[in-house]
Amino acid sequence: MIVRRHHRVLVQGITGQQGTFWTEKMQGCGTHVVGGVNPKKAGTVHCNVPVFASAGEAAKTHPFDIAVGFVPPAGAKAAALDAIAAGAKLLVMLTEHVPVHDVMVVMAAAKSAGARVVGPNTAGLVTPGEGFVGIMPGFNDRVFKPGRIGVISRSGSLGTLICLKLVNGGFGQSAFLGIGGDPIIGTTTLDALQALDADPGTDGVAIVGEIGGAMEEAAAEYAATMKKPAVAFIAGRASPPGKKMGHAGAIVTGDKGSYESKRKALEKAGVAVADTPAGVAALMRQGLAS
Amino acid sequence: MNFEEHAAKRLIAGAIATPPGRLCATPVEAADAVAAIGPAAIKAQVPAGKRGKAGGIKLVATPEEAETAARAILGMTIGGHWVERVLVEGKVEIARECYAAVLNDPGSKGPLVLFSTEGGMDVEEIAATRPQALRRHAVDIRAGFDRAAALNLLDGLNVGAAVADTLAALYKLYRDLDAELIEINPLAIAKSGQVVALDCKLAIDDGALDRHPGLAAQGTPDKLTAMEARGQELGLKFIELDGDVGVLANGAGLTMTTMDTVAHFGGRPANFLEIGGEAYRRAEPALRLVLDNPRVKSLIVNFCGAFARTDVMAEGVVSAWLALKPKIPVFFSVHGTGEDEAVALIRAKLGIEPYDLMEDAVKAAVDAARAAGP
Repeated sequence: MIVRRHHRVLVQGITGQQGTFWTEKMQGCGTHVVGGVNPKKAGTVHCNVPVFASAGEAAKTHPFDIAVGFVPPAGAKAAALDAIAAGAKLLVMLTEHVPVHDVMVVMAAAKSAGARVVGPNTAGLVTPGEGFVGIMPGFNDRVFKPGRIGVISRSGSLGTLICLKLVNGGFGQSAFLGIGGDPIIGTTTLDALQALDADPGTDGVAIVGEIGGAMEEAAAEYAATMKKPAVAFIAGRASPPGKKMGHAGAIVTGDKGSYESKRKALEKAGVAVADTPAGVAALMRQGLAS
Repeated sequence: MNFEEHAAKRLIAGAIATPPGRLCATPVEAADAVAAIGPAAIKAQVPAGKRGKAGGIKLVATPEEAETAARAILGMTIGGHWVERVLVEGKVEIARECYAAVLNDPGSKGPLVLFSTEGGMDVEEIAATRPQALRRHAVDIRAGFDRAAALNLLDGLNVGAAVADTLAALYKLYRDLDAELIEINPLAIAKSGQVVALDCKLAIDDGALDRHPGLAAQGTPDKLTAMEARGQELGLKFIELDGDVGVLANGAGLTMTTMDTVAHFGGRPANFLEIGGEAYRRAEPALRLVLDNPRVKSLIVNFCGAFARTDVMAEGVVSAWLALKPKIPVFFSVHGTGEDEAVALIRAKLGIEPYDLMEDAVKAAVDAARAAGP
């Protein structure tokens, strides 16, 4: 799930306003975009790449590894299933508010096909110096610099801030893995942590979590077994319980998914938790030194 | 979106029997209902659990008892919800109380069917005290969950094939309604052999309501303050809090973090309001909303643009600020997509220097609110 320069990317919904804007940004960062999809504009060229009627059509002449979709919620399932059937190894689902039953159908199809899904409701994946897939400011060198820290985030905006804090603190990133703010997502905090633990280019991991669900708790168990240092920031300490805080996944019910539960699990596993975003870089420096 | 018991039961009626019942708003109506139905349960209708423990469910035998019970329950507050109606439901002669649920499961990334012969208590309690009594089946959503799968799940529990039919019907309903959760607890096996839903908890995926016309009208809308309702009309995620530091940020994660940082420096946020995603072009109405709160004594504007362009958001904030001329101080921190243009605009039009560190900007806003006094 770490984006590399050699990965071939198909952009579904490439001709729309956002599809165009972000495809140009991705290309500018070195991402190898091989084609786009829009059934109504098949046969044309957009952002210097051919547009196909479907991912299946694209695969016949322009094979790809990663499919990313700039598609509305109602079309997200069909686009993802098209990409899976066409042989995509990795799907980056950016769309927010995809009906959850549709998401579950996509997850089942991806599992059968051996494809990985990132998202939905993710801001995407960035590998500074190689490329990015999604809607992150991968082109902004105050936020992203090549380096050796892996970042996992449920949120695009907060993930951006933490990456900026790391750069301010003298670090760069080996990879940014945006996993998404929905309750059911294809790649969890734990999956991302395992990938970064296995990545020889990563020396330490910053986990950017938030209230709701149990992903941080599950990742903490694994973090306890890691040799690389992991630090965390968890958003939502001051959020009232029982309210959905913007992300569908960020809701505390009863004592489940609370800030305290996550912080306790992480600290028990030896993961230092920062009180404010600025604390992440300092904790990382300490973690790498010890 | 959550559904109260009476509304949920109407929706599941095709899949499982429910006792004869009547929705009542006054004690007299409740008495009349019991006169018609016979001995009954009087149940508070609120979208919250633990109604029984809160005294919101009473068993009655006569219309007089029904009137007394309804008088006690109507007007109660349970889980923060005011009880405006009771469901009067005929008594069922129970042979066995079970538990059944179908829900979206983040672990298996698919539907999960749960069943237990230990009904009546919380599923968390069953899972903690009698884990062996809780059967689970992670469903391949493309294959579905039919009678054969249900019989397999129930194997050895000696509950009869009617329960298997009920589980398969509940699963179908869960799929048809785009439910997040259907929970029947207790699921009663009556002395007559009939399978009956004594209670029902139902939540439908907000993201799927569009494809079920008319369904949202049967659910329980979120209780919103007047300002929250305005936010909803504007398509903004706005939650009113009781502090005095106004918060405007983009993205759910960054907005929560801004609130956390306000609290970290000893301040109290006045609101949650994020203008991330497609809403980033609505900074102007968003700011108007924050400033309409008379408790707000200072404002922190914290933008970190990924998808959301900070230049577009800053333009909205600046133009609203110039139009409204608020008397309170504002503190900015702006980074990410469009940062240079945004910072230049704030400097030029407002004469304000954005802080480099969001922590410094938040601390300044907290200090300013404190200095303004109560």
